[in-house]
Amino acid sequence: MNENLLVDLNDVISFDALQSHNKNIIVAQGDKRSDSRPAEGSRLGRASIGNPNLSPNPTQSQLVLTYLPPKGLPFPPFSPKRAKGQVAGSSNLSFFRVEFGNMTKKEEFGDGRDDMLIDGDHGKSITDGFSPEYLKAYYGMLFPHAEIFKWMSYGHDGKHPACDHSYFGRREFSFTLDNDIYLRFQSFNNAAELENSIKEKCPFKIDIGPVYSVDPAKRHAYAQAGDNVFTPVERELIFDIDMSDYDDVRYCCSGADVCIDCWPLMTIAIKVMDTALRDDFGFNHILWVYSGRRGVHCWVCDGRARRLTNEQRAAVADYFRVYKGNDNSNKMVSLIGPALHPLLIRSYADVLRGFFEEKLLCSQKLLSIEERFQKILDLIPDEDIAAELQSRWQENRRSSISKEDVNAVRWEQLKHLVQSPKQKALGVRRCVEEIVFSYTYPRLDMEVSKHMNHLLKAPFCVHPKTGRVCIPIDPEHCDDFDPTAVPTLSELLEELNSSRADVNDEFNRTSLGRSVKFFRTSFLEPLLKSCKEEMESTYNAKLQQSKNSLSW
Amino acid sequence: MEIIGSNKKIVTADTTSSLSLYRSAPALEVRLDDFELFAIDRLRVLKGISDALSRGRKPEEMKKLVDELWRVNMKHRNPSEVINKDIISHFVLRLVYCRTDDLRKWFLSMETTLFRYRFRLENADAQRMLMSEFNLSYKVLSNAELESVKGKLSQVASSIGQPLGTSDTIFFKVPFEEVPELVASRRVFLLKGYAYVAMNQVVSLVVTQFRSHLSKALVLTNRKWTSTIQEQEKGRLTPIVEALSTMYLGPDYSQPKEFAEISIKDIDQVANSSFPLCMHHLFGKLREDHHLKHGGRMQLGLFLKGVGLKLDDALAFWKAEFSQKVGSERFDKEYAYSIRHNYGKEGKRTDYTPYSCQKIIASTPSVGDHHGCPYRHFSEENLRAALGKMGVGGRSMDEVLDKVRNKHYQLACTLTFEAIHASSCDTGINHPNQYFSESQKILQSKNHMTT
Repeated sequence: MNENLLVDLNDVISFDALQSHNKNIIVAQGDKRSDSRPAEGSRLGRASIGNPNLSPNPTQSQLVLTYLPPKGLPFPPFSPKRAKGQVAGSSNLSFFRVEFGNMTKKEEFGDGRDDMLIDGDHGKSITDGFSPEYLKAYYGMLFPHAEIFKWMSYGHDGKHPACDHSYFGRREFSFTLDNDIYLRFQSFNNAAELENSIKEKCPFKIDIGPVYSVDPAKRHAYAQAGDNVFTPVERELIFDIDMSDYDDVRYCCSGADVCIDCWPLMTIAIKVMDTALRDDFGFNHILWVYSGRRGVHCWVCDGRARRLTNEQRAAVADYFRVYKGNDNSNKMVSLIGPALHPLLIRSYADVLRGFFEEKLLCSQKLLSIEERFQKILDLIPDEDIAAELQSRWQENRRSSISKEDVNAVRWEQLKHLVQSPKQKALGVRRCVEEIVFSYTYPRLDMEVSKHMNHLLKAPFCVHPKTGRVCIPIDPEHCDDFDPTAVPTLSELLEELNSSRADVNDEFNRTSLGRSVKFFRTSFLEPLLKSCKEEMESTYNAKLQQSKNSLSW
Repeated sequence: MEIIGSNKKIVTADTTSSLSLYRSAPALEVRLDDFELFAIDRLRVLKGISDALSRGRKPEEMKKLVDELWRVNMKHRNPSEVINKDIISHFVLRLVYCRTDDLRKWFLSMETTLFRYRFRLENADAQRMLMSEFNLSYKVLSNAELESVKGKLSQVASSIGQPLGTSDTIFFKVPFEEVPELVASRRVFLLKGYAYVAMNQVVSLVVTQFRSHLSKALVLTNRKWTSTIQEQEKGRLTPIVEALSTMYLGPDYSQPKEFAEISIKDIDQVANSSFPLCMHHLFGKLREDHHLKHGGRMQLGLFLKGVGLKLDDALAFWKAEFSQKVGSERFDKEYAYSIRHNYGKEGKRTDYTPYSCQKIIASTPSVGDHHGCPYRHFSEENLRAALGKMGVGGRSMDEVLDKVRNKHYQLACTLTFEAIHASSCDTGINHPNQYFSESQKILQSKNHMTT
């Protein structure tokens, strides 16, 4: 680390960085990012950590490093002196914001506190672990810019003659900034542009859109020419599953909340979808991502998936669609026909039935509370059976002494009556499956999947409300995924501080390392390998074709 | 295609199958009269299909209906001319319906439906011949491969109520991308990216091809039309073409006409008296919850625009409700844009048209949604309650529910209209804004009589 560390007003610097650069901190003002060196005139001085006074060679201003507290606590009114003292002691300090001595401290702290108050008005949902300053540090030190670029390039950043170097530059990114400022149609020509823009704008949310026919940033120039030249041409096949769509079947939480009792609904959605995408549709490069709060996103990245038309996307989404309920009809799923499609049979036998009977039934107390079992009884098409069960269950409210869970016992009673040999009507027998499907089968946000130009939040973003990072989920071990254990921004930054300065192994610096490593080895590398193969084979085929046409 | 003004004879094209794929315009000479008459006859067929689809007719009924429509309208006194009439009328309507996105969409969908049912009427040999014309030379599944997936194939077959036929059933192995309809309705077995398509499902393959060819052709025709034909034919074909396109499509209600301008203070009153059930329900839910999800906002918002609510009033109206739930700041930030967008003041600045019944019936409301067609999307109890609130009861209620059970949603709506207004509605309800204006007409004439 021999390079100079350039610092500017409001920069966030980790203690590690300060220490490792030691005497080479250059204070510069203005847009130093556009160039690796600041213009001579803007150089304000040098700072040195080793110097107990922490002062740069002052020309006009004095460098002050302000301590940033962990965990989103409001800025304590430290005097600059105190901050300096702690730096010298190098205890457990974490981050510093650069300020110049000629700015008054009070204004700065005042601003910080105002922000906190505004957020506080919206209730407790805000920021245990999220602040723009933290985000800046996150984008600066932890966000896997290079991996995202590699992924979005799909092998077109290489040297092969078949590479399309405009590919990455035609991809739409979209940033949501602080104060809900929304920047659509951002595009970048290379990894550095992407990284610099993210670091500079520090977006609260990064969305990824489709690859367009032309650079989306220049779409207006093309629009002049008439005709629709500006149109999406490629896009991952995406799925969005949101827990709030399950509010009618979960009783532990509602809306934005999730807990360990309802999260398994997401786990089984992953299992059902992942198996079908691989076995039925033959896709191989599938990325599952925690959405940061209450759901999961799925990115299917095979070339075949990326080139699907809107109509084909809608067909895939409809293939999965079983749930047809809306607020004005109580029946949520109807499974008709004398048999079920293999997709449904497999999902039911391998995943849904076991989950419903062994977990959901008891964890959500679906049959032990009257209001809840009534909803299930409403799904039985035979009124006599429903009435019989209802009276039986209302009576023996207290008589259940057996050790077995009352929900499980009642479920057996229901199945016994509905599926008894004398029960001939298919609709009645089928209602067991219908109930299980209603309560467990994945509920997709169909619109997201149907159109190429739908945006979806990029992996590794930080959810502003929870501070949690949108990390990939390994579908093979999705049972082990715990949304409440996903690292938050503040936890990560603390880990970064407490790790020793000489640990340079990026995977071991913080608990995010594991996720980045998984992303790289289990998703990105196999994906790029197959992109390369595909590129070579189409190139060779083309070559062969042009040779053949030459021989004429 | 040469269009001639005199009474010249038409050259017969050399066609082998009675079902044309309309790959290229024929080298025929056509009398100007026939140009228009043939097109009108074909329009009758397409319009009939469109009506039947919006009434939710089942495939079997459709099959009969299309056959009937075709025989009645597309006959020709000279049997050898039938094929030419088919081809000529198709290409004329291409000109007529190539000119806007909405026209293209409608034409594409109706022609595709027509083709689908006509293809089904062909025998197996003709069907295979048409397949090869589309270059659909798919691999027939070998016996060994068939054995290995037989269990799954019979599961699929019985899931769609067509038990796997005799052992001589032929299956094709097709990339799933080429049979989106079959995939969407889970009518095929999928394995590793391939769909296993039975011979009798081949229609879907062919239809997909037909549709994509026609779709591309329409865009090209449009380009030709705007660049040359429109100007060249200014005195001859252009007036005919322009008249034909509006002939059967009816008004689109994007501009409020007769009862222009309603104001916010009247809105509750007209909602009670003249909104169709779908809008009445959305309106009620909005007043109750102070919120509607996207689908509901679009359906109700565009309807209100069609009814004559001005942009400023619309903003005030939505804001009054939403701000009670999300606060006015969030309303301005998140919702106001889309309302201005609907009025063509944002984004690509299209002045969006209110949804027709067909579109509303085809929508797919989900959890928390209130849009869609109540006759189609409500359960029977909920519909009963909703109709009760509208003031429909007794025998009228039973009649409405009977139509619903037979999936005649627009007829159910028409009956509701008649019950409420105690007046008949001969045209039937095809559009929520039409419901509104018919209702206003009746109410105003009643007012007239009393004053």
